[in-house]
Amino acid sequence: MTLFGWMNDQVLRMTWLNDLVGQGVAAIGLNPASRVGGSVQFFVYDVIKIFVLLSMLIFAISYVQSHFPPERTRAILGGRSGLGATILAALLGTLTPFCSCSSIPLFIGFTAAGLPLAITFSFLISSPLVDLASVILLASIFNWSIALAYVAVGLLVAVVGGTVIGKLGLEAQVADFVRTVPVTGEVGTMSRRQRLAYARDQVVEIIHRVWPYVLIGVGIGAAIHNWIPQDTITALLGQDKWWAVPLATAIGIPMYADIFGTLPIAEALVGKGVGLGTVLAFMMAVTALSLPSMIMLKRVVRMPLLLTFVGVVGAGILIIGFTFNEITHWFL
Amino acid sequence: MIIKILGSGCKKCIALGENARAAAAAAGKQAEIVKVTDMAQIAAYGVMSTPGLVVDEKVVSTGRVLSAEEIGQLI
Repeated sequence: MTLFGWMNDQVLRMTWLNDLVGQGVAAIGLNPASRVGGSVQFFVYDVIKIFVLLSMLIFAISYVQSHFPPERTRAILGGRSGLGATILAALLGTLTPFCSCSSIPLFIGFTAAGLPLAITFSFLISSPLVDLASVILLASIFNWSIALAYVAVGLLVAVVGGTVIGKLGLEAQVADFVRTVPVTGEVGTMSRRQRLAYARDQVVEIIHRVWPYVLIGVGIGAAIHNWIPQDTITALLGQDKWWAVPLATAIGIPMYADIFGTLPIAEALVGKGVGLGTVLAFMMAVTALSLPSMIMLKRVVRMPLLLTFVGVVGAGILIIGFTFNEITHWFL
Repeated sequence: MIIKILGSGCKKCIALGENARAAAAAAGKQAEIVKVTDMAQIAAYGVMSTPGLVVDEKVVSTGRVLSAEEIGQLI
């Protein structure tokens, strides 16, 4: 085994932890090969792994992100247009600190500064969809080629979605008050100590916000992993079923969960023979399109633009799902 | 002095409000703490990341929960 492979297995995938939890499960008199024992092992191992990785990742990533507040991003993007700028917006979307509760001030701030809709939506789509922490967690649960493929298609959805929305000329569909908002400059800079404090606060705040979703996600994952027969899953979402991808997308859209909560479900589904494209479609639908974020977006854009946004992103997710199901064998 | 906390009512905004109150008390200043939760009004300050802190109509911080000491230096 290569050094990289060993590092990946032991540090990122924490296979030693899985073994240790398995021994612990056996020590309290449960057989890890049994249903109950297997569920307990999956649950304990996944919960510990996700929280340990999340804490370390959020700290490191928040430190980097503290260099890219939205005001800075807007200044970088200001005055640009065209495909290059749309791609840049998608890339910055992965870096800018973001939670769905701040998407509306962001949308208003970008639009008020005169940024084209293409760039604003490219950013808004990529921001929840492709997140640095989720990429590393994907690599931990699956492998690096899947993680990188996820980033690539996530950015593609953002760029193509933004471009299509820009081409449709829907500027008039933005609520009127948005245009009259003043544009202010960057507010202060942080010292290194402040950045470290900010990174620490982000860990506390994000863990506090996502832990219920992670526990529910891992619980569902453990249930799929050990209790639901493979036949049932493949009959519903199997690779030979044309409706697998649309069904997974339709289930995912109204759900509101963090990407960290969807990962254990994705892991268990792939283990049961569900296509990679179906699983990616589910994850993207949950993160990029959710009812709470649509309700918030409705306050600043009119219905035609909102429906276009949902339609364009939904279509992108479906295409990615079908494509990845065809090429699953490249990755697994 | 009027201190405004801009934010949709999330935990961070509540924490920032409490720190601002403590900072004003420590500085011995009479401060009225106002919570602004309406998105249009928040945006009108040009703030893109919440919580935002506004002291006498001037935006002094965005996107961060400042400690009471940090706020003390700003008021």
